[in-house]
Amino acid sequence: MLYAILCYDSEAIVGSWTKEQDAAAIAKLDVVQDRLARQGRLGPVARLMPTTAATTLRKGREAVVLDGPFAETKEQLLGFFVVECASLEEAIETAKDLGRASSSSGSYEIRPMMLFRPGSLAP
Amino acid sequence: MSEIAWIDAALAGARPQAVGALLRHFRDLDTAEEAFQEACLRALRNWPKNGPPRDPAAWLIFVGRNAALDGVRKRRKQQPLPPDDAISDLDDAETELAEGLDAAHYRDDILRLLFICCHPDLPGTQQIALALRIVCGLSVAQIARAFLVGESAMEQRITRAKNRVAGSGAPFEPPGAPERAERLAAVAAVIYLMFNEGYSATGGTAHVRAPLCDEAIRLVRLLLRLFPGEPEVMGLASLLLLQHSRASARLDAHGAIVLLEDQDRRLWGRDLIAEGLALLDKAVRHRRPGTYQVQAAIAALHARAARAEDTDWAEIELLYAALERLQPSPVITLNRAVAVAKVRGPAAALELVEPLAPQLSGYFYFFGVKGALLMQLGRAEEARVALDRAVALANTPAEAAHIRLQLDRLTKG
Repeated sequence: MLYAILCYDSEAIVGSWTKEQDAAAIAKLDVVQDRLARQGRLGPVARLMPTTAATTLRKGREAVVLDGPFAETKEQLLGFFVVECASLEEAIETAKDLGRASSSSGSYEIRPMMLFRPGSLAP
Repeated sequence: MSEIAWIDAALAGARPQAVGALLRHFRDLDTAEEAFQEACLRALRNWPKNGPPRDPAAWLIFVGRNAALDGVRKRRKQQPLPPDDAISDLDDAETELAEGLDAAHYRDDILRLLFICCHPDLPGTQQIALALRIVCGLSVAQIARAFLVGESAMEQRITRAKNRVAGSGAPFEPPGAPERAERLAAVAAVIYLMFNEGYSATGGTAHVRAPLCDEAIRLVRLLLRLFPGEPEVMGLASLLLLQHSRASARLDAHGAIVLLEDQDRRLWGRDLIAEGLALLDKAVRHRRPGTYQVQAAIAALHARAARAEDTDWAEIELLYAALERLQPSPVITLNRAVAVAKVRGPAAALELVEPLAPQLSGYFYFFGVKGALLMQLGRAEEARVALDRAVALANTPAEAAHIRLQLDRLTKG
């Protein structure tokens, strides 16, 4: 089954990293991702721009466009991984692997995916 | 990342909010700063043991406030508060109160803190120094390096600035809408100034002054989180990100200036450009143009051009004309002239430049542009006079070197 591993953390803290710290953090995560890729288990991975770049659309007959993220929270959605896992156990183990390579103290939300369309974007 | 590095990042991230809340509480910059520093020391002792708190800023505000009050109590020989080791996290009722209070004031706290540092009574360099010290938490030594002055001189400058601010009756009442807009504009102007201080650095000083750009970007992001719907804040953020994206292409290995059209565009920071363009898109939707947005739009046209010859100079000319209407200034007219030269040739540009002479007679860039236009028109002698004047007015050795190169070309040509 495909799982989305959603990364939540404080944008203020992650935004305080120096360029070098940021690069080191990404490099460490790359090692785990490379392993998952070799196992043929890694789907799309995304890092999101800061929530300041976000726009929210409130649906309805008259859709309303708002600046900023959908919700004001202490931790923000910063990115996600899509990973193929045989079971929730494996998904948790994978998230733990990523967590050990991660440089911040936030949380991963592990969500089984109901529908996945890889889309038609060139890689 | 090591635990200590994580704690450092958490302390830095929480700093503006925590110092802002402590400032509201104590109404004194020094007390607020000391309380925050004490809280940081306790965090370094406490967090590795008890784990990081769920909300670092709330923890620091709470502990900082207790620590400062504790100091007062001790001086009065009263019963001290319980040791802060007992506070592992903020999950008790007392905390909820503290947190609730602070969440309600969060935005105005940070804006007040920024505004006090950017106080209009202070000269620009003091505003920047104070903001770097108080809001960004840079050490006096770091700030002194960035301004190329000695540490004790910078210490004095910051102390003077603090005294001036303390004496000026800082605004602690919750601001109304007009005050808020006014504060926002003052803070944005200082962030812009801070960035330019760092950006204008060249040669041997570029490396040490770079932190000014980084901190300005951090501050504008903070401002944008506080005011997510203000198009001019988006515009300023976009402008700084787009300018900063060119940082590694602006100077060659010897510290000499590389003009925009000669830069190796592969060195431009794609992430910064993407974020800058995204913010500009958001800003423009509001249809409330302002000077930062227009400048960002000009920077965006450069960023979007894959090669220098792809630059949409006609659009840039229009944008400079819009900027002139918003903020009439001979310097902007001079910039428009550069675009005019690209679109309609050097003669049309020179016509625009020459009337600016009385206002820009001490401006390096004026003579640089005028000299270059005269060169293109084949008026070598007049070009030489203008370029000589530019060398004399250069602000940095790199600027002077750049003009001398053109003078050499004139001699050889």
